[in-house]
Amino acid sequence: MGAGHAHAMYVHQHSAVHHLAPETKIAAALAFTIIVVATPREGLLAFGAYAVLIAAIAVLARVPALWLAKRSLIEIPFVATALLLPFFAAGPKVSVLGLQVAQEGLWGGWNILVKGTLGVLIALLLAATTPARDIMTGLDRLRLPQAITQIAMFMLRYLEVLADEARRMRIARMSRLDDPRFLWQVKGFATGLGTLFLRAFERGERVYLAMRSRGYTGRLPAALQADNVANTRQWMTVALLPAVALAFLILWGLQ
Amino acid sequence: MKALEISDLHYSYPDGHEALQGVDLHIGAGERVALLGPNGAGKTTLVLHLNGILPPASAANMRGVRGTVAVGGKKIEPKDRAGLAEIRRRVGLVFQDPDDQLFLPTVGEDVAFGPANLGLRGEELAAAVDEALAAVGMSDVKHRAPHHLSLGQRRRVAVATVLAMKPELLVLDEPSSNLDPQARRELAEILLSLPVTMLMVTHDLPYAAQLCQRAVVLDEGRIVADGPILEILADTQLLAKHRLELPYGFAVPV
Repeated sequence: MGAGHAHAMYVHQHSAVHHLAPETKIAAALAFTIIVVATPREGLLAFGAYAVLIAAIAVLARVPALWLAKRSLIEIPFVATALLLPFFAAGPKVSVLGLQVAQEGLWGGWNILVKGTLGVLIALLLAATTPARDIMTGLDRLRLPQAITQIAMFMLRYLEVLADEARRMRIARMSRLDDPRFLWQVKGFATGLGTLFLRAFERGERVYLAMRSRGYTGRLPAALQADNVANTRQWMTVALLPAVALAFLILWGLQ
Repeated sequence: MKALEISDLHYSYPDGHEALQGVDLHIGAGERVALLGPNGAGKTTLVLHLNGILPPASAANMRGVRGTVAVGGKKIEPKDRAGLAEIRRRVGLVFQDPDDQLFLPTVGEDVAFGPANLGLRGEELAAAVDEALAAVGMSDVKHRAPHHLSLGQRRRVAVATVLAMKPELLVLDEPSSNLDPQARRELAEILLSLPVTMLMVTHDLPYAAQLCQRAVVLDEGRIVADGPILEILADTQLLAKHRLELPYGFAVPV
């Protein structure tokens, strides 16, 4: 069993940011992202200020810069798109380092790059300071439908059980000389997926029976997640982030 | 008062398969009873009747569904929701696969699930959780994720999840399956230390002999034998007739 899977994104620290109630952090991150996306792409100064804000939170939360840098590699496919845009967009051309690129494409690429990066960074900071379990709790308290939060929570719990089952099935297949390296040998893999789905489905039924046996009636009891509920002070504190970002947007973003 | 009274219980699945064909069973308070029987005998169906999961409220008047189950003198009514909640508090079902039982991200939350459904909160809830985990010797894994525990640990935690509801009747489905010998023995010690009425479904006959005083054999939806466990295990003809077998080299202690 892969140890520590549930904490893949969490950076264990005891900082002011870590101790904030999860719902406040989610709301702040969301508001911040909206402000970033709403900023016109020409507002260079505003983007710079947002980056400083993020750096400040990272320092406050004691999240290592290298960790952030490594994790933000997830953004690479978008970066590739952003880099291609200047070459394929139509319109007036400018010369950069001896290359003829479209001005419109340059701005378009920059737009994707800067907003994507800032969005990824704030999401990473949220994940680094909030265990996955607490994010579910936060979403639940933000009145996201329980059907969605419960599904997400089950995923959190059973992903590894399923992966384990898939691994065992694969080993059992290999032991009987299945060698799914080529496309025409993919049949075993495909039927394996079907079996896995059926098993997951049946497990779902059994889990439901076990839950009902302990009094489940459709809602998870709120008492399970009673600790660290946001108070007004916490809400005021996190409101600082979108408020300051909004100030930057008005000051430097909208000319 | 009897801990469990089942009289003339019949149940047919919607496909017509008659899983239970007139089961009568009485268990006194404090008894530890083994429920034995071959695969497909109806053991699981019977167990699901003990806390009102079966019959579903919609099937209560269907053909082939009749008989009564009472726990601690309280009859199970499939349509009485409040009554069912009380029955589910009284009857703690521990399922065979702990991964079916433990569905929340941490052990502590999972143990809290049952009592929280009963309306406990705050300190009361925390106390119930700590007490249940202590009873199975698992207090130090409270904040861990279930999938980081060994099977033996997970099964003990699964027992704690129902102990936290302070059940009067503990029902265990194959408690010893897939455990290594030491985990198996440790679980036996824990189960023997619990002051509750216990019904244990198992194929592990020596384990049943160690833990229970009485055995009930279920086959083809009927109780075919009921008596002191050592007498039943010594009756080779009876065992053979119902596809039960003592493991090689095991002799019934006299």
